[in-house]
Amino acid sequence: MSLTQISSDVDDDKPGLAEQARLRAGHIAIPLGTAVALLLIWQIGVRLFEVPPYIAPAPTDVLAVFANDYPLLLRNFWPTLIESLSGFAVGNLAAILIAVAFVHSRTVEKAFFPIAVFINTIPILAIAPILVLIFGAGMTAKVVIAALICFFPTLVNMVRGLQSVSPQTLELARILSASKSEIFWKIRLPSSLPFLFSALKIAATTCVIGAIVGEWIGADVGLGALIIDSTFNFRSPLLYATVFVSSGLSVLLFTAVSVAERLVVRW
Amino acid sequence: MSVQPLADFADVSPDQEPAGRKVAARLSGASVKFGRFTALENISLEIGEGEFWTILGPSGCGKSTMLRLVSDLVPAAEGDVTILDKSTEAARLAREFAFVFQDATLLPWRSALKNVELPLEMGRKRGLQIPVSDRSPQELLELVGLKGREDALPHELSGGMRQRVAIARALVCKPKLLLMDEPFGALDEMTRDRLNLQLRDIWQETGVTILFVTHSIPEAVFLGQKVLMLRANPGRVKDVIDIDLPSHREIALRETPDFNRYCGRLRQLLEEC
Repeated sequence: MSLTQISSDVDDDKPGLAEQARLRAGHIAIPLGTAVALLLIWQIGVRLFEVPPYIAPAPTDVLAVFANDYPLLLRNFWPTLIESLSGFAVGNLAAILIAVAFVHSRTVEKAFFPIAVFINTIPILAIAPILVLIFGAGMTAKVVIAALICFFPTLVNMVRGLQSVSPQTLELARILSASKSEIFWKIRLPSSLPFLFSALKIAATTCVIGAIVGEWIGADVGLGALIIDSTFNFRSPLLYATVFVSSGLSVLLFTAVSVAERLVVRW
Repeated sequence: MSVQPLADFADVSPDQEPAGRKVAARLSGASVKFGRFTALENISLEIGEGEFWTILGPSGCGKSTMLRLVSDLVPAAEGDVTILDKSTEAARLAREFAFVFQDATLLPWRSALKNVELPLEMGRKRGLQIPVSDRSPQELLELVGLKGREDALPHELSGGMRQRVAIARALVCKPKLLLMDEPFGALDEMTRDRLNLQLRDIWQETGVTILFVTHSIPEAVFLGQKVLMLRANPGRVKDVIDIDLPSHREIALRETPDFNRYCGRLRQLLEEC
């Protein structure tokens, strides 16, 4: 009796697992299939209407660039990666420190928050040339632009995160006669982490945009420089390949932040 | 309107108390004002050490404010409050009392055990002498029936379990006075019954003085030795009713005529408020 029951249980489980596997495969297969189908339509469309490659290259032309010109792509990938990461670090660190200052002092917040909002309202494309003029054509200007674009979302989220402690938790801290620094390190900072990671996910993709915009304005290396160069030389397959690499860089950074979030924010 | 005490509901006033009784908390003519609004007016009470008081009253009568007054969260506008003959601030710094909120107020990133240990980590910077319970945090979790769940994060625990962690946390500094603000208000009936029994056991085992706010009349009668009835606008003491029921209480007590008589009496008092 019990044996048949066990075997029937196993039998019951098997379709369940298979079902799950099929569902999981569907989660990957459906978007992947759609992407492949779109690429096929693109390929066929370009060939069918005989679109010249400098206007719109076929996917196979872009693939050929990846195969033949990858040293060129890689040479321009590293500077952009370094600029993005440096900008990410500088911008977010500054935002976190300023958020801490804001939460500790209403006066500091009143003094500087309007300025932060003002700087944020200037389009990054408008402020980038100014920064290139100030910092020159080297990496510094790109790092500053990438940092600037990360700064504001993190500032706003971090302030909200540090203030997200419930009034009751603060009452608990008061009953425990906790000092300001104990409240900060043991309550406010951990409370802010989910908010911080939301902001860092935004920053992971925008810092790449910042670095590339900086490279457009004055640079001889980097994905941004390569985009400008290939556009003006009508090397469209290279341009497309560069765009894919840029978006790949963003995905890479975003994934890294998401993994870090899953490890840190376990609640 | 004054209430005529029934023969077996003795009205407690300080001078009738037997000599030698130690007082855990004393309120003398205490008032609390929020701007022009008077939340509590002229409250005079003596809560003896080791007693279990429940506080009832219509909403807005200042039940929670009274606990906040005793726990040094709001100041007295008039009058005086002392805990074990110390000011509320001195009592707070000495961890003479602990607070259990309606919401468990656990830190979500800390395990159950780490949450219980929180009071031991706080206040160190000020060089406070933090009293420590004879029971370890693990033993306290065991006392509230959470053995084996030490490493669980709050979101992995049910509402009742979270509240039990909060009770263990409140006991970790060996408080003389436990202030509880509707701690079981958000729980389902079954869980609430279980926790009521558990709280009675903890009270009898530790000898802690308890002030317990509720708006459930049966809960007030079941738990308390004395029920403090407050009335609203402004919050004042309406009456103090002794609950003369056996000290060992089981859920079945609720079916007894005595129990229901107390409930009826309190309901009537509440309606008069």
